[in-house]
Amino acid sequence: MKVLVAVKRVIDYNVKVRVKSDHTDVDLANVKMALNPFCEIAVEEAVRLKEAGTASEVVVVSIGPKACQEQIRTALALGADRGIQIETDTMPESLNVAKLLAKVVEAEQPQLVILGKQSIDADNNQTGQMLGALLDLPQGTFASDVKVAGDKVNVTREVDGGLQTLALNLPAIVTTDLRLNEPRYASLPNIMKAKKKPLEVKTPTDLGVELKSHTRLLNVTPPAERQAGIRVSSVDELVDKLKNEAKVLRGG
Amino acid sequence: MSSPVQFNWEDPLLLEQQLTAEERQIRDATRAYCQKSLQPRIISAFREERFDRDIYREMGQLGLLGPTISPKYGGAGISHVAYGLIAREVERVDSGYRSAMSVQSSLVMHAIETYGSEEQKQRYLPKLARGEWVGCFGLTEPDHGSDPGSMKSRARKIEGGYLLSGQKTWITNSPIADLAIVWAKSDAHGGAIRGFIVKRGTKGLSTPKIEGKLSLRASVTGEIVLDEALVAEANLLPYATGLAGPFGCLNKARFGIAWGSMGAAEFCWHAARQYTLDRKQFNRPLAANQLIQLKLANMQTEITLGLQAALQVGRLMDAGNWAPEMVSLIKRNNCCKALEVARMARDMHGGNGITEDFGVMRHLMNLETVNTYEGTQDIHALILGRAQTGIQAFF
Repeated sequence: MKVLVAVKRVIDYNVKVRVKSDHTDVDLANVKMALNPFCEIAVEEAVRLKEAGTASEVVVVSIGPKACQEQIRTALALGADRGIQIETDTMPESLNVAKLLAKVVEAEQPQLVILGKQSIDADNNQTGQMLGALLDLPQGTFASDVKVAGDKVNVTREVDGGLQTLALNLPAIVTTDLRLNEPRYASLPNIMKAKKKPLEVKTPTDLGVELKSHTRLLNVTPPAERQAGIRVSSVDELVDKLKNEAKVLRGG
Repeated sequence: MSSPVQFNWEDPLLLEQQLTAEERQIRDATRAYCQKSLQPRIISAFREERFDRDIYREMGQLGLLGPTISPKYGGAGISHVAYGLIAREVERVDSGYRSAMSVQSSLVMHAIETYGSEEQKQRYLPKLARGEWVGCFGLTEPDHGSDPGSMKSRARKIEGGYLLSGQKTWITNSPIADLAIVWAKSDAHGGAIRGFIVKRGTKGLSTPKIEGKLSLRASVTGEIVLDEALVAEANLLPYATGLAGPFGCLNKARFGIAWGSMGAAEFCWHAARQYTLDRKQFNRPLAANQLIQLKLANMQTEITLGLQAALQVGRLMDAGNWAPEMVSLIKRNNCCKALEVARMARDMHGGNGITEDFGVMRHLMNLETVNTYEGTQDIHALILGRAQTGIQAFF
């Protein structure tokens, strides 16, 4: 069984993000970039399927400028077999990503596509679902457990108030939640070996996809700074403020 | 006027951009392990003077032991710069953990790879790389520290091997080591210094632990005592004669220390910055004082310059275009600057600085050793002095 994993290059989660002074975007100059944590979980899950003998090949695909090859190499160091980069100047929006991935799925014919549920930069949580719709494939989102059984995959999802398990016919789309697994550390010998694994570069034109913008980024502002707290002198005062100032409590 | 890029206080001269993608990957993988797996253990390990043997297996799994060694023998074959980046990340947690890693990598595995026979390499390196075996390196003696050429340890030739006698001290790992690289003067080689692989269990070998260290408490230190210990002919390192052997290993280790000490210094600097921003006295953060800002600027400057120098020496080593004096320069400078940074950081933390929770005093105590071992600050000054005057001033 072939598994396709989509990965995205994003700002490292440890970085304190700054907004550009003209508010057009966040400042990406000299900022440390990394593999999106949910994508890392997706790679780990695919590699575990391979180690268990369920998957025979793990292919990673990333979309973006040449620099995203670094994240493909990271995925290869974690155990994926080969990489595909779809070269674009900018980071395309979700629908374009889903269209490009759909073409890769058509060409590669994987039985399972695993994606992070969302990227930590845009937080859209759309691509997996859009991909499922474009390909008319079953989807299991927010997976906290994935078990392949014959021609089905059982996906346990974290939903409000509990867990839901779906049985999907393969081929299928799965998006990962935080608790699916704990990714391994890439070992140094594997980082070195990853350099020699095949990495193919394609363009949207090669795939017959025209990138179109459906949204426009108007303005980026940092979150409002938190106001300093105050000290109340009694419980009564606290309750009064919660009722009348914050209006989070109702009388009675 | 706006500048083309925003100044990055943590990385003022953009070291990050001077690294290759692969070097950054190696650094990131090591940092993730160090911060998630080593950092949570260090406070109790240091307090209880305990080295957790599992750390070797974990480091082995990640490929942190002997990472520059050829993949043929279980290494990863990474560059000197990447090795330096690893040392920096490990020592950001603790100099003791970095020492444990350095000894195995630079002093033991490098010695076997460079001076060992093919059979020795195949037999020992993969086990050491996996962390199944722990190695140690015996050069220093009780009366011969900066002057190893006068060592007393002797190897006497007998049929089929050598009888080793002597005492080595300040040996990282010796109490837990499975094998020791021991340097001794060999009668059969005209009294030249030769290296021997001495295995645990050899009759006449004992490795008592040195108790009561106030520094590097998370790494084990001991002696190697040899009383007519029989070492087979096959365990003589064939390709090292004289002090060039141990010094070849020490150059590699000192290079790692030059990077590692900067990792410890960075921890202290970042901690002092955060502490003085958070701590308010006289209704304003300590960091609002000129005296504090001067110290922070000094820390930032010394660490930035120290890292740039270490990077340059690493690039030269990778290009095969280096001399040991370069390593003396950065080992000496970076250790002494790291020690100064740690002392300032301890001071800036006020009373809290003496507690284990803040970590700065632990780094400070560790760096006292790091500044001393593998050539003291003064001895490296004499090496640099000799190199520019042509006059040796050791004695």
